[in-house]
Amino acid sequence: MGFQRVYSRPRALKDAPFHYCPGCGHSIIHRLVAEVIDEMGIQERTIGVPPAGCAVLAYNYFDIDMGESPHGRGAAVATGLKRVLPESVVFSYQGDGDIAAIGTAETIHAANRGEKITVIFVNNGVYGMTGGQMAPTTILGQETTTTPGGRNQGRDGFPLNLSEMLALTKGSAYLERTAVTNPKNIMRTKKAIEKAFRVQMDGTGFSLVEILSPCPTNLKLRPADAWKWVEEKMVDFFPLGVIKDVTKG
Amino acid sequence: MTEITTPLGVPDVPCVPWCVQRSPLRSTVNKQLMSGNHAIGEAAVRAGCRCYFGYPITPQNEIGEHMARRLNEFDDRFFIQAESELAAINMVIGASMAGARAMTSSSSPGISLKQEGISFLCALELPAVIVNMTRGGPGLGNIAPAQSDYFQATRGGGHGDYRTIVLAPSSVQEAADLTIEAFQLADSYRIATVILGDGMLGQMMEPVAFPDGKKIPKPPVKDWTITGARGRPSRFLRSLLLDPSAEEELNWKLARKHERIAAHEVRYEGYQLEDAKMVVVAFGTAARIAKGAIKRTREEGLKVGLLRPITLWPFPHKMIRDLSKRVGNFLVYEMNTGQMVEDVRLALDGKGKVSFYGRPGGVVITPLEMGRVIASRYYQKGLR
Repeated sequence: MGFQRVYSRPRALKDAPFHYCPGCGHSIIHRLVAEVIDEMGIQERTIGVPPAGCAVLAYNYFDIDMGESPHGRGAAVATGLKRVLPESVVFSYQGDGDIAAIGTAETIHAANRGEKITVIFVNNGVYGMTGGQMAPTTILGQETTTTPGGRNQGRDGFPLNLSEMLALTKGSAYLERTAVTNPKNIMRTKKAIEKAFRVQMDGTGFSLVEILSPCPTNLKLRPADAWKWVEEKMVDFFPLGVIKDVTKG
Repeated sequence: MTEITTPLGVPDVPCVPWCVQRSPLRSTVNKQLMSGNHAIGEAAVRAGCRCYFGYPITPQNEIGEHMARRLNEFDDRFFIQAESELAAINMVIGASMAGARAMTSSSSPGISLKQEGISFLCALELPAVIVNMTRGGPGLGNIAPAQSDYFQATRGGGHGDYRTIVLAPSSVQEAADLTIEAFQLADSYRIATVILGDGMLGQMMEPVAFPDGKKIPKPPVKDWTITGARGRPSRFLRSLLLDPSAEEELNWKLARKHERIAAHEVRYEGYQLEDAKMVVVAFGTAARIAKGAIKRTREEGLKVGLLRPITLWPFPHKMIRDLSKRVGNFLVYEMNTGQMVEDVRLALDGKGKVSFYGRPGGVVITPLEMGRVIASRYYQKGLR
């Protein structure tokens, strides 16, 4: 009886080291998406749409066809791809600024049309790649380079709960908010991604998984503290759980 | 739409041999009375356009309406009314990435919004057809015919160092012909191709004949699309090139492509140039008016010709330069305050006198008025 390999690089990931900062959630989320693609056997028909932002280099990691979107337009680019290739599985991978600020209109209307696409929405509460400015999801009191003294509702407005807004659209089929802050949440996130792809493949409608993810670099916290911050502070504004699931009558 | 049948079709307007405007595809038998907007839509359908994405804006709404009706007749084609011009052009990006012949149309303010996506299309070398039925500007302007988007169209329009092919029809028939050509050019060179018309061209109705669909060449095999990595290595399409030398390489690659296009794809029409002492340079609707004016002034004995650029980019620089060897006076007429005139001056490089007549803001003059302008400039130059 020899050894059995129980853990290896998913086939849907290239053999390339991630460039993400230590403690960043993107690496985990990339892996989860790749594992789901492997397990569902859809590597040859999945098309990814990376955003502008830290995850723009996703095409260096995913071993699937990918087409880069302008900032915020992921849902529109994905719409064009999916309508031309209805048999494919199309997902966009977007950050909070990308999807909930500059791309709000594209996202809401793609959901409202019931586009059969999946959005992986990584919410870390800050603009990462540009160096830590206020995001639409920056929580009240959170210090960023453009909210000196912390986000102030009178001056900077409130954090935006995009996923709850999307639930109001008739075309959205499955929306869940998860986190990658501990093994249980990571497993939950993987299940949510699988479900979201399943909903797309069944033709039920628009699906989105919002994943709370730490950005230690811009939170100016050590990785472990950043993860704790997400679990303790961020979830107050962005509660975890299924937001909408039309497959459950 | 009224069906007009003529046994042989109407004779084409007389052109000197230089005129390279000729569609070998066109049937001359069955003509229909159509607006420019409808004709562009119908030509796109026949050219194999699989998808159209647009947002309403006057004076080009009939294009989207035509596409909505026609594309829905096919199982494998579709129309989406997007939430904005931005969304529409980005849907074009996605559809083009997937290999489909894709199209959007708009008018000036909407075309400004599309510039982000046009820059991405060109960076990613994605073919697409974009129609701009120009209206008076800047700002919201008005909905009257204008040519004030010449700079925007011929200089790329968005950020970065790139060009789009720009085709400027001056009749409904030509709008249809150039739409078919636009798809072919876009696919052959993997470049965004702009059809630059105006509200006049979009709204006026003329007889138009469409080519037999079978005569239209099929799109080339595209080995760069992203369709799912089945039986081949995965691919990606990106415009982010963090390494400056890689970005420089892309810029030079695009520049070489632009050079190839400039060498092979210049189109223009010459009219009454053989004995001309003065040449009017005008495009689109302005050229149509100028041609009518020239017919009148010729009757009065004024030796005036017309050079009508059909491709605004690439611009017929060489033809204008060659013309300057025997013609000393050029009158540029545009429905703006002077944009193409800069290209005429560049082409002449000091060899020839250039005067300009512009009517911006959506003002459309009659051939009679244009005839007076031509005559007055002609006599000023002492050409009698």
